[in-house]
Amino acid sequence: MSLVSTQQINPIQETIFNRSTVLFLTVLAFVSVFVVICNQFVPVGSALHIPTYTVTLLGKYLTFALLAVSIDLIWGYLGILSLGHGAFFALGGYAMGMYLMRQIGDRGVYGDPVLPDFMVFLNWDELPWFWHGFDMFGLSMLMVVLVPGLLAFLFGWLTFRSRVTGVYLSIITQALTYALMLAFYRNEMGFGGNNGLTDFKDILGFDLQSDATRLTLFLLSAIALALGYIACRYIVTSKLGRVALAIRDAESRTRFIGYKVENVKLWIWSFSAALAGIAGALYVPQVGIINPNEFSPLNSIEMVVWVALGGRATLYGAVIGAVVVNYAKTYFTGALPEVWLFALGGLFIVTTIFLPKGIAGLLSRKEQRA
Amino acid sequence: MTICKRLASALLLVFMSLCGSTSYGEGNQTLFDEGIRLIETGKLKKVADGVDLLINSKHDRSAFILESMLESKLYRHKKQKQLVMLVEKNDKGLLIADLDSLESTRQIGKRKAKRIPLNNKLRGKIKGYLASQNLNADQVSVRKAAIQKLLSALDDETLALIKARALYESNPDVQLLIDTAIALDALQSENETDRLKAIPTLSESLEPAVRNQLTQTATNDTSKAVQLAAQSALEKIEDKIAFYGFVEKIFFGLSLGSVLVLAAIGLAITFGVMGCINMAHGELIMIGAYTTYVIQLMMPNSIGASLFIAVPAAFVVSGLVGIAIERGVIQFLKGRPLETLLATFGISLVLQQAVRSIFSPLNRSVETPDWMAGSIEINPIFSLTLNRLYIILFCLAVFAVLFLVLKRTVLGLQVRAVSQNRNMARAMGVRSEWVDALTFGLGSGIAGVAGVALSQLTNVGPNLGQSYIIDSFMVVVFGGVGNLWGTLVAGMSLGVANKMLEPVSGAVLAKIFVLVFIILFIQKKPRGLFPQKGRAAEG
Repeated sequence: MSLVSTQQINPIQETIFNRSTVLFLTVLAFVSVFVVICNQFVPVGSALHIPTYTVTLLGKYLTFALLAVSIDLIWGYLGILSLGHGAFFALGGYAMGMYLMRQIGDRGVYGDPVLPDFMVFLNWDELPWFWHGFDMFGLSMLMVVLVPGLLAFLFGWLTFRSRVTGVYLSIITQALTYALMLAFYRNEMGFGGNNGLTDFKDILGFDLQSDATRLTLFLLSAIALALGYIACRYIVTSKLGRVALAIRDAESRTRFIGYKVENVKLWIWSFSAALAGIAGALYVPQVGIINPNEFSPLNSIEMVVWVALGGRATLYGAVIGAVVVNYAKTYFTGALPEVWLFALGGLFIVTTIFLPKGIAGLLSRKEQRA
Repeated sequence: MTICKRLASALLLVFMSLCGSTSYGEGNQTLFDEGIRLIETGKLKKVADGVDLLINSKHDRSAFILESMLESKLYRHKKQKQLVMLVEKNDKGLLIADLDSLESTRQIGKRKAKRIPLNNKLRGKIKGYLASQNLNADQVSVRKAAIQKLLSALDDETLALIKARALYESNPDVQLLIDTAIALDALQSENETDRLKAIPTLSESLEPAVRNQLTQTATNDTSKAVQLAAQSALEKIEDKIAFYGFVEKIFFGLSLGSVLVLAAIGLAITFGVMGCINMAHGELIMIGAYTTYVIQLMMPNSIGASLFIAVPAAFVVSGLVGIAIERGVIQFLKGRPLETLLATFGISLVLQQAVRSIFSPLNRSVETPDWMAGSIEINPIFSLTLNRLYIILFCLAVFAVLFLVLKRTVLGLQVRAVSQNRNMARAMGVRSEWVDALTFGLGSGIAGVAGVALSQLTNVGPNLGQSYIIDSFMVVVFGGVGNLWGTLVAGMSLGVANKMLEPVSGAVLAKIFVLVFIILFIQKKPRGLFPQKGRAAEG
């Protein structure tokens, strides 16, 4: 069941900043600087000018890349296939969305200084208890990490201790996100029902529509991706990471040797969920909406395909996969909407049968030959 | 003054009618014609007299004319000054037919004809007359319906009719209803003992009219004893209603459970026996539903029979698609369950989009044959709808067939052998690849059959499969992988649990509760309700 041959990853000699990491960070930094220059300093008419719309689109891809990295961490290095990571992404997004909703203040359609529009619409008199405190940025950002992290911790604590593994685990993660989707579609939940949260105005006083804010959000996404990537590299190269690899390849044997498999899984799993939450929080202000559709099982499974296509257990593969698939999605759904699902479906089949190591596998094969 | 006049004319009419029916052979016809002539005037007063005449004429056609009056279908053509029957109202005006020959229709302007006016008193009279006609009908069901209708509006006349019928009523059910009606009337009597005596009879009845009357008596009656008696009778009725409500919930739950079992049982074979995750299972269900749709398109004149052809056809179509999936994709991913999951999910997307491209993204309506519509009435508050009943029976039939195939046929034996120990089975001469393909085909075919059943319940669209895939997995995992009985028990119990929770929490919350319950349940018993035992379980 080994996913990656042992020659490719030799954990004992690995450092955090190995060649691929340095290369990845350099490319990321270069792209970010390039985007900033082309957006800010190249005049509008020029061929090199990148409009703000594209900057936001790229920012969105970067948040997806961070999400993909968080999935790769548990799938590639720990062997847990989560079909419900979209839930953690969306929860982080909702936490951010709630902060942004509170920032609207009395500029909403109904002009209520405290209640968001949809609550006024539902004739609610006061804020539900879980909305309190979301007017504070710091607390909201804490929630972005805490809510997905705690849910994952609780879920993992129950699941890993009873040794639910493999396909069963995948199916109940899917059930988790499905249940959350159904719940968030309900108006009574207090998260805006199927319209979700939208119509945001500003963040920390900066107008969300302005070019400068959008560029900053893009840069923040890039920084978050870089930091998340380094953190994942840190985990992977640490002793914890080596145990994780052992669990992936031979769970029972690792347990017999004396490692607490449950605890290792639990911590990495919760960390991954928190990372997904951060990605969601950066995603929401850039696209301007969060709704229960983000919880749909289809979304979560699509995320897994990014990682599968990019190549598991490489981290940079996940980034490549996320960007490539999402670029293809943007292109196809615009130009040939009929073809998109065929292409995506075909991608699933072709990747699993012909490209078990994904694009990253192709790259490293060339490298080895050279 | 006017009242006196009307009374006099009414008396005259009664007298005339008596004479008519006794002295002349054709008297019926005369009274009938006279009544029609009065109704033709279109004036409410004369219409009222006309109705009386029609009723008294005891003519064959009276009931028909009066009924169409009640349904506001009787019109008066202004120019021809004669009665016409409305067939339908359309944009151009009115489509009408002559009273005698309903086939010959013609179109007239909206203002060319006027509806024959009626007031509430007349309506009541006509209803009573029609009910009394039905009261003496030959079919038991018509008689029952007539009395049930009368219960809510009893008066001296209708009661007399009912009492008259009681003398020669032979059917015990109808007799019971008649007793109820008489008791209901006794409840209004001045005499306290009569009222008290009536209550025990009423407490046996589940008619809503009886319940309303008893509720009133329990609070408004002058006598304390009657109030108490009515109250205890009401409690007895409420208990019964609660009981039947419970039975109804179980029935709904079982029918929902049957749908779940049907959707999941194919998966129980591919996932449970072969250990292969097939995320395209929902789409195989969808293909079965679309097969039903196509077959109905091919034979639009015999919808009832088309279902019987659709079942084997859907089995074959979905089964072949399943075999193609197994040969084309899954066989290359043996022993890699997570990759199988992803690849089959890709297949499900492709199939969905294919259906969208071929049939359109909109839902298609599959017609329900007549023999599926309707219900069996057990009592006034509880009836079994036929389509739910058929679903339960169909589910059990499919389960039985599948069970027999797995336990009694050579293929079943080989399937079980391969699932327990692939290498050993191969050593004994079982062609495991061939068995895999057939097993997958069997599971997929059953999914197609489930699709036929679902096409009768929900909309047939490209997303049909997606909505069932998670439920199906839940059922299989809850029941215990590789165990058909487990799937049956799990599906039925989840269905019943869902329906039990629904009135308390609402449909969506009920579903969420059930999902959360299963997630927690898997923690306690990771291998489901009926786990596999022995070495096969470790595979």
